[in-house]
Amino acid sequence: MSLGLASYGARHVQAFLSSLGRLARNPFGSLLTVIVIALALVLPLGLQLFVNNALAATGGFANAVDLSVYLKPGVPVAKAEQLAQSARARAGIAHVEVISADAALAEFRANSGFGAALGALTSNPLPHVLHVHPAADAESQASLESLRRYFTAWPEVDLVQTDAQWVMRFNAILEVLRHLLVIAAAVLGAGVIAVIGNTIRLEILNRRAEIEVTKLVGGSNGFVRRPFLYEGILYGLAGGLLAWGIAAGALAGLAEPIAALARSYGSRYVLVGPTPQELEILILCGVTLGWLGAWVSASVHLRSIEPRD
Amino acid sequence: MIIFDRVSKRYPNGRAGLTNLSLSIDAGEMVFLTGRSGAGKSTVLKLITLLERPTRGTVVVGGKNTATLAKRHMPAFRRGIGIVFQDHKLLPERPVYDNVALPLVVADTPLKEIDKRVRAALDQVGLLGKERALPLELSVGEQQRVGIARAVVSKPALLIADEPTGNLDPDLALEVMRLFKRFQEVGVTVVIATHAVHLVRELAQREIALDDGHIQGADIDPLPGMVATR
Repeated sequence: MSLGLASYGARHVQAFLSSLGRLARNPFGSLLTVIVIALALVLPLGLQLFVNNALAATGGFANAVDLSVYLKPGVPVAKAEQLAQSARARAGIAHVEVISADAALAEFRANSGFGAALGALTSNPLPHVLHVHPAADAESQASLESLRRYFTAWPEVDLVQTDAQWVMRFNAILEVLRHLLVIAAAVLGAGVIAVIGNTIRLEILNRRAEIEVTKLVGGSNGFVRRPFLYEGILYGLAGGLLAWGIAAGALAGLAEPIAALARSYGSRYVLVGPTPQELEILILCGVTLGWLGAWVSASVHLRSIEPRD
Repeated sequence: MIIFDRVSKRYPNGRAGLTNLSLSIDAGEMVFLTGRSGAGKSTVLKLITLLERPTRGTVVVGGKNTATLAKRHMPAFRRGIGIVFQDHKLLPERPVYDNVALPLVVADTPLKEIDKRVRAALDQVGLLGKERALPLELSVGEQQRVGIARAVVSKPALLIADEPTGNLDPDLALEVMRLFKRFQEVGVTVVIATHAVHLVRELAQREIALDDGHIQGADIDPLPGMVATR
């Protein structure tokens, strides 16, 4: 039994090596196929990276659906704390943070790059601010609006600012991109199957005589199909790896201009590359699509080759 | 080993290959199918190896009715038959060793066993030492013997040959026929279609002479039961 299993394994190794050998014997044709597959795989990957970077660059706007409540100048810190306390008791509010004028000025001095200029100020021009974070179930447009009216009604409040609409639009755009990604992946995945299927079809036609003889001496459809499946898997694997290479090259090329752009905004943002998990999925997609394309093609075309004398 | 019961074969183009043919070949026999081109020799062999199916009648090979054999069992069925072709059908890009090993490889035979059997088969046809040669580097006679080695390597109980000496000069042809005889002597059933009447006489084995899809004359005792119900 173990001997039979070992020989079964040896057969697979042999089929794999012979497939590899055939690809190597026709490097130009194989390379063209691999490039087409890589291009089809790199586009969805690129979209995914774009979405990732858009999210990272904007610091995750999902938690940005909050309100900044600016108090009138001259309202003391104690009053601000008291207001925050009563706001915390209201439904629909997750938590409230008081940012005192002094703390805000210190932060501004540290982060804005105007530190020296601020030193010239004799008094702190900033008001105290309440940072209000709505509860997760109160992030809709309507409940944000009611929160805004609640704070605006207080006499100590100067201005209530919400970025909700902007954030929602941004999230909607990301959502569109995510859908686009799924559609592009599906369409291009079908393309990969077609490309590999066609390549395998040509390969089968080229080796028709060999397939006939193999069937004549008792080779089953499964046996004849095996090397073609490995070929499809190898194409998918090579295409996935090349797509990874292309993405890495593109990221390297973009790193400097993006860094320059980020610097102009005073940010130290760096491009986010694909995660190991995303690369895993990329390679897995390539291999699966390659196998699928080869399987479909081999199943259709091998059946039509029956030995005739 | 082989029974044809009132077998007719008509090809799609309307040509009749066989008409109401009955014959029986016992296990361990060596039988020559003779007759002119188009007499039905190749059709008989194709029906035995399931390259064709009969239009009417029953073909039984090794106790199996070929009409009821499912397509997925065909590979296993073919593995039980060694076939030698006139044009030997070797893979030109593969060395002799790979060509001979093919029937064992498709049967998932362990590598050690393959090595042993391939060498034994090449030894039997006198080609030991030519394992790494490509078929086209060999003479026509040697190529035919590689084809025979491939046919016998999996030790089939039945050996079928279609004009195995068609491309060989008389000396080589006799040598190849004697090789087949040696396989018969160790218990293999051998069925050979051939034009070479002088070789058939030389080997003095049973001959089934076909003419226009029938059995010619009375070289063969027809199976009584089959004739009675005709």
